[in-house]
Amino acid sequence: MSSPLHASPVAAPHAATASTVARVMLSVAAALLPATVYGFWLYGWPAVHLWWITIGAALLGEAICLRLMQRPVLRVLGDGSALLTGWLLALSLPPWGPWWVGVVGGLFATIIAKQVFGGLGQNLFNPAMVARVVLLISFPVPMTIWTAPSPMLSANSPGLVDGLRITFGTLPTMLDAMSSATIFGYARTELSRGVDLLQALAAEPAPAISLLGERAGSLGETASLLIAAGGLLLLGLRIITWHIPLAMLAAIALPAWLMHGLDPARYLDVGTHLLSGGAMLGAFFIATDYVTSPNTALGQLVFGAGVGFLTYVIRTWGGYPEGVAFAVLLMNALTPVIDRFIRPRIYGRDRRGTPLEIDA
Amino acid sequence: MGIFEKIFRSHPRWGVHPNDHKRPAADTPLRSLPVPEFLYVPMQQHVGGPARPVVLVGQRVLKGELVAEAQGNVSAPVHAPTSGRITAIGEITAPHPSGLSQLAVTIAADGADTWCARVPVSDPFALAPEEIARRTAAAGVVGLGGATFPAAVKFNLGRRLKVNTLIVNGGECEPYLSSDDRIMRDRAPEVVDGLRIVMHAIGASEALVGIEDNKPEAIAALTVAAAAFGNVHIRPVPARYPMGSDKQLIHTLTGKEVPADARAAEVGVLVHNVSTCAAVHRALRRGEPLVERIVTLNGGALARPGNVLAPIGTLVVDLLRFAGVIGRPARLLLGGPMMGVVLPHARVPIVKGASGILALDASEALLPEAGPCIRCGSCTRACPMGLLPLEMASRIVAEDLDGATGFGLSDCIACGCCAYVCPSQIPLVQYFSYAKGELSARERNRLRNEAGRRLAEERLARLAREAQEKAAVAARRKAEREAARAAAAAVAAPARPPAVRAVRAPSEAAT
Amino acid sequence: MSVAVLFLTLLGAVLGLALGVAAKKFHVDGDPIVDEIAAMMPGSNCGQCGYAGCPAAAAAIADGSAAVTLCPPGGKALAQTLAAKLGITIDLTALVDDGPQIASVAEEICIGCCRCSKVCPTDAILGAAKQIHNVIREACTGCGNCIDRCPTEALVMQAVPVTVQHWVWPKPAMVPGAFAA
Repeated sequence: MSSPLHASPVAAPHAATASTVARVMLSVAAALLPATVYGFWLYGWPAVHLWWITIGAALLGEAICLRLMQRPVLRVLGDGSALLTGWLLALSLPPWGPWWVGVVGGLFATIIAKQVFGGLGQNLFNPAMVARVVLLISFPVPMTIWTAPSPMLSANSPGLVDGLRITFGTLPTMLDAMSSATIFGYARTELSRGVDLLQALAAEPAPAISLLGERAGSLGETASLLIAAGGLLLLGLRIITWHIPLAMLAAIALPAWLMHGLDPARYLDVGTHLLSGGAMLGAFFIATDYVTSPNTALGQLVFGAGVGFLTYVIRTWGGYPEGVAFAVLLMNALTPVIDRFIRPRIYGRDRRGTPLEIDA
Repeated sequence: MGIFEKIFRSHPRWGVHPNDHKRPAADTPLRSLPVPEFLYVPMQQHVGGPARPVVLVGQRVLKGELVAEAQGNVSAPVHAPTSGRITAIGEITAPHPSGLSQLAVTIAADGADTWCARVPVSDPFALAPEEIARRTAAAGVVGLGGATFPAAVKFNLGRRLKVNTLIVNGGECEPYLSSDDRIMRDRAPEVVDGLRIVMHAIGASEALVGIEDNKPEAIAALTVAAAAFGNVHIRPVPARYPMGSDKQLIHTLTGKEVPADARAAEVGVLVHNVSTCAAVHRALRRGEPLVERIVTLNGGALARPGNVLAPIGTLVVDLLRFAGVIGRPARLLLGGPMMGVVLPHARVPIVKGASGILALDASEALLPEAGPCIRCGSCTRACPMGLLPLEMASRIVAEDLDGATGFGLSDCIACGCCAYVCPSQIPLVQYFSYAKGELSARERNRLRNEAGRRLAEERLARLAREAQEKAAVAARRKAEREAARAAAAAVAAPARPPAVRAVRAPSEAAT
Repeated sequence: MSVAVLFLTLLGAVLGLALGVAAKKFHVDGDPIVDEIAAMMPGSNCGQCGYAGCPAAAAAIADGSAAVTLCPPGGKALAQTLAAKLGITIDLTALVDDGPQIASVAEEICIGCCRCSKVCPTDAILGAAKQIHNVIREACTGCGNCIDRCPTEALVMQAVPVTVQHWVWPKPAMVPGAFAA
């Protein structure tokens, strides 16, 4: 029943914050930049190539879908969400992984995990983590060959062209020569061989637990402190709130401290758990994904704690050495349930929605 | 979460902090608008029943003379804003986004601006509270903060519910607006006297004046004016939108939370705006009805922004001319940018609740295209009512209005915080306005259907009754005829006429 | 073998008995949905839908032989309510709804014949013989029964005027992929 004069008047408010989706996404990308650049330096040109290939594939997947749906391709790509998805995926891949891992992962992330669900804002699961898990399950070998750091400009770091050849798989020997294990993979292997952690970590080939992460792993895994710094930047910009990261890290640290205290020979310590693997990346950049996490502060605490605890459980007793991606996906599935049962209290009502008693 | 809340959240945790754009308009001295040639005084300037005109076309009126009387329990009379002649009683575009019209009385000003006879009260505190309410009602005073609820109705409510605390709203949290700021700076004694009269009218023992701390001059002026009165407390409150909303201000000042289905008076507080208090002062001390108000003229398209004292019924175009328009305003607003409404054009009159007219230029009146919801939760954090705007909107998109109600749609105060912070520029408030309007339209329709059904049932009952009565009459006639025939047959024999009359009498009553 | 046969026979007999008892014990007289739908209908029995009154139309809607959009006085709002009640989705864009309508009398043409007031299901038309008739706005359900009865075409249907008080904000234009629908 609209008026004949003005079919659609402009509704209040007539003011808005400068915040836009693109600004949010690009701020997150900017917060990832220090760790990414450091990772490039650490792993050399192959990492750079895999990074742009993955992002390119993610953008391509998004563009194909938008084209098919006859929606403005450039404008939607401009919101930066596909870029960020590709970026996060690239940070979770083995830096010297083959090109097709990035391509398959990038396309899968935006086409299957995002656009099939209805695009930005509609996906139940974090696209980057869906793609990572799909790759891990489908192609376990290239997804678990980790390269020891060989910083750029060092003697055995491949150049630009050699980097391309490594990424495109025409220089296989070099990869084998440089493969190494992540700390969790190493711990698990040693434990399964019957060597306890006290001996294993003291032994010579043990991966170093250095703060700046000069050890094998993905781009987003090694430089935990830089990742955490980026996360603090996001907190400062109020793009994310403290609830999910704190809850998640606490829920990893608490059982780790408890179990390590009980039996240091079987369980890794808190520092290793927090600073290795995807804990920091997951806490600040993956689990905090708006679309797939709860809306309320309390819901976010529950969600973060769930991700952290599941991560610890999978790392310690699960079938895979690292569990952030699985934990995030499991909690993503629970998000609608959390949002359904944890709602903010409405002014003038109690938590169940019944009006407050009148006490004059 | 008590400790967590204290550590991690700054107070207050709701709302937004938009750029207030209040200065320089707020600092410009108050000017008076020369009385325009024609004034268009709408009959509906308040919540409740529209006023009914009591003047005739051609009649001469003096300033302050009754033009239209209140109709119904919740209503307010309307008075002539200047002296002159009534030239028309008809429809004029309402100051409303729909662009629909409403009834208004047109007055051609004679330029003399002659007041009618006024009856001032030298000591309002000697009057009975009922008498203050009566005089306030007769002066047409309504809430000037924007809600335009008849003030006297609230007085009576407050007295009945034994309200102890009067909260005077000097929050004025809307960006751009400074009419309340101006009245507090320029007429502080009037405001304080008015609020004391209101306290007397409702039987309150103390008054808390809440003023946002971005108005230090107003706080200083009122502190001086209220210094002599120990039960009037000036309370600076943090500048945070929507601090001027009743529920948020009550909570900030008293810590009380108004239950969802109750009125503020039921928890012992009553809120009145500072401008309303000043109007009550004028109504009592000077006997002047509400015929003019301070209007903020602001926005990038105005050459001389500031506050102006304008008679009710002034056309917006006259105000804009007074303030000087640069180019063509991209958007005209009645009220502030957060809750104000778009005016269809400038030939609409200002009403009692018109706190400001904004002429936004192209850079202020952005119309960003809405994008998809990314569930960032900004709206949830900004909502002063603790709602989930994104969930409500997604239900409304799917036409699940009952689902939206389940998420607290009826608690939404349409403050606009959610849409203001939305990075995807989703018109959340419009979704909620649409849903609320649609739900009340459905409710009206339901009541109408119910009334129709009752009428149809009554008609069927009437038809049945009529048929029955007809049958009864027919039976009686038949009995009469037979009786007459029997009587005629008996004429030869000894006659008994009274029996016939006794039979006829009830049948006459039935027809 | 014989045990199995015996067991299955017994099982069948017991379950059959249980079903039979349940059918008797929990028997429902009539379809309650019909009454619920009838309660939602305008109730003026105007007959515009082609059924003999609102209860008949409600029965037809309940058994699926009539569409929920059949009621002109109920309009879009009723169609939506009914669709929600029956849990079906309908395409309302096809439904032309000019908003609520009421009858009004052109006073200069009315001859005061009283034919219209006789057919009004809600007694909404006032007027005696040879007097100009008038429609009580609040009581008119907009059924339109009176229109054809008027010998001078003095009765017309009019949209209920939208006032500032009753105006409803339009729904914002749909953004593709904005929300899960």
